[in-house]
Parts: sequence; structure tokens; C-alpha cells
Amino acid sequence: MAESPFKADIERVQKEYSEKMTPGAIATIPGSSVVNKTGSWRVFMPEFNRDKCVRCYLCYIYCPEPAIYLDEENYPVFDYDYCKGCGVCANECPTDAIIMVRETK
Amino acid sequence: MPIRKVMKANEAAAWAAKLAKPKVIAAFPITPSTLVPEKISEFVADGELDAEFIKVESEHSAISACVGASAAGVRTFTATASQGLALMHEILFIAAGMRLPIVIAVGNRALSAPINIWNDWQDTISERDTGWLQFYAENNQEALDLILIAYKVAENEKVLLPAMVGFDAFILTHTVEPVEIPDQELVDEFLGEYEPKYAYLDPSRPITQGTLAFPAHYMEARYTVWEANENARKVIDEAFAEFEKRFGRKYQKIEEYRTDDAEIIFVTMGSLAGTVKEYVDHLREQGIKVGAAKMTVYRPFPIEEVRALAKKAKVIALLEKNITFSVGGALFQDFSRALINESEKPKIVDFILGLGGRDVTFRDLDEALAIAQKALNGEAVDEVNWIGLRKEIL
Repeated sequence: MAESPFKADIERVQKEYSEKMTPGAIATIPGSSVVNKTGSWRVFMPEFNRDKCVRCYLCYIYCPEPAIYLDEENYPVFDYDYCKGCGVCANECPTDAIIMVRETK
Repeated sequence: MPIRKVMKANEAAAWAAKLAKPKVIAAFPITPSTLVPEKISEFVADGELDAEFIKVESEHSAISACVGASAAGVRTFTATASQGLALMHEILFIAAGMRLPIVIAVGNRALSAPINIWNDWQDTISERDTGWLQFYAENNQEALDLILIAYKVAENEKVLLPAMVGFDAFILTHTVEPVEIPDQELVDEFLGEYEPKYAYLDPSRPITQGTLAFPAHYMEARYTVWEANENARKVIDEAFAEFEKRFGRKYQKIEEYRTDDAEIIFVTMGSLAGTVKEYVDHLREQGIKVGAAKMTVYRPFPIEEVRALAKKAKVIALLEKNITFSVGGALFQDFSRALINESEKPKIVDFILGLGGRDVTFRDLDEALAIAQKALNGEAVDEVNWIGLRKEIL
């Protein structure tokens, strides 16, 4: 899996937020959204079938989070730390390369 | 030179706000504190106070506007009472959680139902768990002074919590007394400019306020509110000391009156303290060893001072104008907490009285005294007693 393009941001923000809490829990730098992993409340998760994918990027364009980025060969990569399981990607996919399956831990 | 004017506590609160120079005042009229924003709006209209006066459509909006203004980094003020304070309830938590030093003047009034506009402390007592600091004034002068002190404490960097100052509906809000208005220059020196270190609006340094906190951070955020409340105890003492140095009027978290050789100590708050002091004088003439104590600060609860007070008496008689169901009065709960692990402690007897503006007379206090004396003699008494209750209509 390709490395998240936000890795540097995540590390910077994680460092900042591991330091002392400000009065009123004020976020003094932007980027807290990359630390707060919003994927935790997902019920359904997208399952990707690489063989069916035609690299149309519709999933990448429509993802509202955006929790999909593209690898070196322009195949979509799902960031499950932030994917909320809304299913928009699966709905838009013209070749059914993405299907929603129940999340199991 | 400070000037003395005859005024109601509502006007005294408005004068305190004028002296503190808030930049934003948002308020909605409610009995009995309507006169506070009315008077402030006069000050603003006459150019005596350089501030934005926001006329809102409810108390929920009034406190929300104060939160917004305070988060932008200015001193803010509002006034309310009773149902109005209750309508502010959810935003009160937000103000404390965001650590915004807003000050509210509250004309302590009973809560519905039935509808009642007269005095008891149920409104502010019901907000004791919001994280706000709470002060209670005995007279109109204290209403003015405590608002200035409230700003001093609230804006302290170790505290940064909002504060409410309660003064009894009608007994103080609509009753005139001579009040000394301190010099503006002295107040300016006492309070200084409000310079927020964290919460302010600056486009060149964007911050996020009112953040979402996941389980990983929420508990720590709440702990900092607890910690700030604990810090406030010392800061309040410092503020009282500085106030006395500058203005000559002495305040204590618990003010004691003739407690030195007392067997029974009556503890109360607000304007009732005046009546009780008078009553103690009356009993002392008859050789009955009683004393009085007034809670000027209710939140943070002055635990150490309560423990020191408890060492002086055999019976603590709490006189409360509020009711916390199943427990008695709120003071009863707080005193129990302060004394539960003490090896030697006095008996605590709780008295609920004066709800909804019923007069508290010497005859009522005699009723309380008789029960307290029974407790002193080792007889069994009820822990919670309703005083002045018209049993014939029940």
C-alpha cells in the first residue's frame, strides 16, 4: 500500500497535540482533523477489486472525505483511518470494482 | 474621590459593569434583573461606556453572544435571573469549557413552576456544576464590589473561568442603599486591560476554539476545568487582599461573625446573612452562644475554610434558600463533603427556608434555633427541616 501523502502533516500535528493541552482545548495549529481518526465509527467498508478497476478516478473524485488517493499506477488506495463507509465510491464505480461489506474487526 | 450614591443592587451591578469597561454587553430583560441592562444601555447611549450593546431575543442568545465576543478576545458582561439563567444552561458549560472569563450578574430568583418572581437561590445553585465561579452578595455594595473581583479572578491566567455574582431578587435588586462607587482610575489599576493569551480573534494566527474532543482528549479537557476551579481558591484570596488594599473593603470566602466561643453557628449566604447577624446579636444579649458565617464564595467551594469553621462549633445550622431533592439544601451536600473524613466534626442540621421570597423573620430563626439546640443537647433531630412552612394548608 502506498504511503499516505499526509504522513508529514500527521506527524507534525501528532507531535503538537501530544504536548500540553491549551486552556479551553483550543487547537492552536490547523490539522487536528488528520489526528482525529474519523474512520472509527464506520459500519460498512469499501472492498476493492483491482482486476475490475478501469482507473476512471470517479471514486477518487467523489469521495467526500477525501479518504481515497492514487498510487504510482493510478489505482485508488483507501485510507481506512478516515473512510466513514458512506458508500459513495461503491455507488459511483461503473465496473463494480468497489463493493461495500460489513466491517469486521 | 469615590462618590456615594443611593442605588439599587441592579444599578450597582450596572455601575460595576461600567467601571470594568466591557467591550460587549448582550442582555435580555428578565425580572428582577431587567434594570441592569437598561442602566447599561443608558451608559452606552450617553457615551459614558464605549461598548457594543447587543439586544438579543433570549438569554440563550445573550450568553451565546457573550461566548462569541469573549472568544474574540474582549471583556463581556450580561445579567439575568431564574428562568433566564436556566435558558443559558447549555451555553454555561460551553463558556466554562472554553475557559472564557465572562461575568454574569444574577438577581437570585425562584424557578417555576409555580411561577414566582421573588427571591431564593435555586437558579444559581442549579448551575453549580457548570464550572462557573459563584459569588453571593449580602448588600448592594457587595454586588458592585464582587463583580469587579469576579473579573479579577476570572481573567487570571491560572483560572480563566466565567463567574456569576448573585444578589437576592427584590431584597437587593429593588432596594436602595448607599453605595460607594470607586474611582475609575483605581478600578483600571485593579483590573487592568483584558489581554487574552489563548482565546482571541487574530487572522494572522488562526486557531480553532470550541473544538471537538474525542475520548482521547475530552477527559483531560474536563480535568483542566477542575484544576482551574482548584486554582481559583488561592487567586480569590489574592484578589480579596488586593481589593482591600486598594478600596478598603474586606472580603473573605467565609465571613465569620461572633463565632469565637459559639456552640451553634448559623451558616448562610446572600442578604439573609444580614438578618442572621442581627439575630445572633439578639441571642448573644440573652447569653446564648451562637455565631454566624456567610458564604461569599460558593464555587469553588471553600473546603479548608469550612473545616476551620467546623472546628469552632458543636452544631452547624445551615440556612438555605434552595432545595436539592433527596439531599436537602445544596450547602448540606457541600458541607458533608468537606467534613466527611474529619475525625472530629460538629453535627450538621439543614434548614430550608425563605423559598420564593417568603420573609425570613426572627420567629423562623427561633424555630431553627430550637432544633439546633436539641441537636446540641444530643437529642435526635431531622437532618433536613423546612422552616416557616404553613402546615395548616398542606
